[in-house]
Amino acid sequence: MSNVFMGMPTLPVFGDGNLHIEETFPTAAHRELGNTQMRANLRHATHTIRDKRLKVVAELPDWEELRDAGSATKNLVMANLPALLEEFEKNFTARGGIIHWARDAHEANSIVAGLIKEQNTTEVVKVKSMATQEIGLNEYLEEQGISAFETDLAELIVQLGHDKPSHILVPAIHKNRTEVRDIFLAEMPNVDPNLTDEPRLLAMAAREHLRRKFLSAKVAISGANFALADSGTLAVVESEGNGRMCLTLPETLITVMGIEKLLPGKEDLEVFMQLLPRSSTGERMNPYTSLWTGVTEGDGPQNVHLVLMDNGRTAALADKYGRTALNCIRCSACMNVCPVYERTGGHAYGSTYPGPIGAILTPLLTGITSEENSTLPYASSLCGACYDACPVKINIPEILVHLRGEDVDSKRGTKKLPSQMDLMMKGGSWAFSSGKHLGLLEKGLPLGKLAAGRDKKIKALPGIAAGWTQSRDIPAPPSQSFRDWWKKDHTPVAATNKQEK
Amino acid sequence: MSAKEEILSRITSALRDAPAPGPVPREYRTSSDMPEAELIELLVDRLEDYKAHVDVVDLPQLPTTIAERLKDATSFVVPHGIDTTWLPAADARRRIDAPGAVLSVTELDGTDAVLTSSAVSIAESGTIVLDGSGDQGRRAISLVPDHHVCVVPVSSIVRLLPEAMARMDITRPLTWISGPSATSDIELERVEGVHGPRQLDVIIVKGL
Repeated sequence: MSNVFMGMPTLPVFGDGNLHIEETFPTAAHRELGNTQMRANLRHATHTIRDKRLKVVAELPDWEELRDAGSATKNLVMANLPALLEEFEKNFTARGGIIHWARDAHEANSIVAGLIKEQNTTEVVKVKSMATQEIGLNEYLEEQGISAFETDLAELIVQLGHDKPSHILVPAIHKNRTEVRDIFLAEMPNVDPNLTDEPRLLAMAAREHLRRKFLSAKVAISGANFALADSGTLAVVESEGNGRMCLTLPETLITVMGIEKLLPGKEDLEVFMQLLPRSSTGERMNPYTSLWTGVTEGDGPQNVHLVLMDNGRTAALADKYGRTALNCIRCSACMNVCPVYERTGGHAYGSTYPGPIGAILTPLLTGITSEENSTLPYASSLCGACYDACPVKINIPEILVHLRGEDVDSKRGTKKLPSQMDLMMKGGSWAFSSGKHLGLLEKGLPLGKLAAGRDKKIKALPGIAAGWTQSRDIPAPPSQSFRDWWKKDHTPVAATNKQEK
Repeated sequence: MSAKEEILSRITSALRDAPAPGPVPREYRTSSDMPEAELIELLVDRLEDYKAHVDVVDLPQLPTTIAERLKDATSFVVPHGIDTTWLPAADARRRIDAPGAVLSVTELDGTDAVLTSSAVSIAESGTIVLDGSGDQGRRAISLVPDHHVCVVPVSSIVRLLPEAMARMDITRPLTWISGPSATSDIELERVEGVHGPRQLDVIIVKGL
């Protein structure tokens, strides 16, 4: 396959939708850190999934070989993407499916709304999907007078609670059972007022609530986990059976998928279906996987659509250090091992994609110059746990560092960075050039203590040093310097020792 | 320029400096030679871990085992291609779903159970694959009734997913089932049974 490039390179076109964060990561994280209930829920959840994952991964003697195959397959897919997309379109169309192409979130939303209106309905059921979350489809449909019912239990909790998902796999991970019960009692019509907070009963209440919707819906909307180019097959991986309900019962099925989700063929799916469930839920296999290839007469929807969406993916692909972020299969293993995510939670990242992968994927899709998003690559301790956990070996720490560099480069010149830096360096050079200079500066230590105030923390430094205090507080300096303390405490001892000799 | 042309041109432009990708190493396991008894043992272990009920029987016992599993059902559906020798000759509870005579969603919702065969099963992950053949039926029948009784011929069990994949016709509508419907969305506590069948009974048949 060769894609000979002709003519001028086009400028990257970035994505929109629920990708632009509204406040900087440090500001959001500072607020979220104060939510102790959420931190406790999250800690319990991430540790549970983490341990389960390690157990089932250890069962496979060829886990590393599967990771190598998965990573190489994704690199191959990205390099041959135009040809694979055309091959997929040909095969999906030949079997009765209809493909639509969408350059951005708005185009994808309006295609979906148009398809729903063709069916003369104002209610649709939805399988949980990151792509439709990314483009804000539910909100768009609501503006168009169409109600979209989320059918995944966690998405339902989030939707009924007028909340936002905080994890890509378990979107309501920040809510505990009591909070869920309270949401159901307040928002679910005809719910049993004596509902307790037992997870089984809560799940049954959700089943009751959604059953009629499933059995009567004319249109369903889904995402897709994988698409196979050589057969035109789509795959959805799920647990509750809500996916099967949506993919099987309605007459019309509309799937929205990013262009990066392709795999060449079924011998690749066998790799990813071993990597994905074990990495995401820590199960050997998820309860249900559905595969469909266009339309099957007499079985399932007879009106099958797929919206293939760019929305910034080509911009991410143009970043030669960051493009492997598109290899992500949305398993969430990186979130569950991340010390930063575990403490701040998903809301702090402000985008559809939280956690370590979100910290690179979001700014790659929107561009690093997008103001608030430029703070995301700093939302990491660079410990590397995410890289170890990633089933397709995305080197997240390396991309974080690359994006930090991009951020600094993009701000150079606009913030007169060099002159302040020069001054500081000059000052530093003077201070460290002689003990006398340093001693003189140390006399100022009590001033720092004064600046720290009663809680003994300095929360904001001036000028470019503010960058340091954006993500951490500085403890108050001691009232005396080490050298002063040493002089007072140790000189007499040293003198005694000398005498003994 | 159409959206398709524009997206393809953006991709080509984005990839202009991309290095040629290397080959995909396939050193993971793609074949195995596990004896039949161990395959059965492994599959049973995995299915029970998912809270499915499992019987292992010889072919002559199949009809009585099926009758036992369906004894509490006031009605059940079978696909048109099911082997009728597995079933009692006359059973007023039985509904047949056939092309041209399909049961409506409401009828399925009013049915207690469903009996199907299966195409291939993966012992290592405890996964049963239905492919819509005549003895498995269309996808809705194994979804809407609350209780699924699934026959797994021993000859259809393999150890590894790649071995199963080689046996699958990928263009058929496929459903991979690993235990009954389940959710872990509330405090990660697993609850069996949300929207799909809440009870899964698997009958592994030796000599079939």
